[in-house]
Amino acid sequence: MRLLAIYLIGLIFGVGISISGMANPAKVLNFFDIAGTWDPSLIFVMGGAVVVTFIGYRFVLKRPAPMFSGKFQLPTRNDLDLPLIGGSAVFGIGWGIAGFCPGGALPALGTGRTEVFLFVAALLAGIFTAKALQKTIANRATARA
Amino acid sequence: MIETAFTPLQSLGGGVLIGVASVLLMATLGRIFGATGILAGLLQPSDMSDWSWRAALFAGMVSGPAVVLLATGQMPAVQVPVSLPMLLIGGFIVGVGVTFGSGCTSGHGVCGMARLSTRSIVATITFMITTGLTVYVVRHVLGG
Repeated sequence: MRLLAIYLIGLIFGVGISISGMANPAKVLNFFDIAGTWDPSLIFVMGGAVVVTFIGYRFVLKRPAPMFSGKFQLPTRNDLDLPLIGGSAVFGIGWGIAGFCPGGALPALGTGRTEVFLFVAALLAGIFTAKALQKTIANRATARA
Repeated sequence: MIETAFTPLQSLGGGVLIGVASVLLMATLGRIFGATGILAGLLQPSDMSDWSWRAALFAGMVSGPAVVLLATGQMPAVQVPVSLPMLLIGGFIVGVGVTFGSGCTSGHGVCGMARLSTRSIVATITFMITTGLTVYVVRHVLGG
């Protein structure tokens, strides 16, 4: 039952991404191309999603615990560091080159299009390369200390 | 370059559904809906119960286009206006960036912004600027 509920939540997200245009790189890139073939649609995606989540979280986070789990797992960090800002800057460069972001590409796998699978394969290569790098950096820091 | 039609209503509707899914995931599992974390954890789970919810969520996400096809008779459009090398290089760079930046459009841009997290607001502003600059350089400076 729980897994079915989680499946349906994933489905709501997947349908939302599909109709919003986030799964379509042409639309995503046109959103950023103000100097060219500008399509402002995606501001409505982010606006709708943020407003609904902002209101929904107010109610949900007032509860003592989530339905299927002991506690809410919220990020607690508040500091701004180089990995956050540098990583986000790098993410934007990749997004601007390819036109897919992870949240758009995962549901887009369901269209069966080869390009999406190739993008996700490259995305995974990048994620695991970065994780290996993070480990090396952490090990060096411990070795030095 | 491919021109795309302005679709404020569909985009707003899609955004609302993305928001509803994010709220429901918090209400049930108490977790942020971040595509990057869900994907990475699916391939490197900490234990079986950690894997099963990720797999169920992922299966639901991937089913989205089929449900749209059934409801409207049309598969959602996926138009890729970039070359294969750009798709692969871009994908790799996205993977590196979201790992160091601890999140992407869904985790920082939607859930984090909705929590008014300083880190997420800074991350979102940063990647929106670099994406815009990259698109400008690729399309109008290099003339891709």
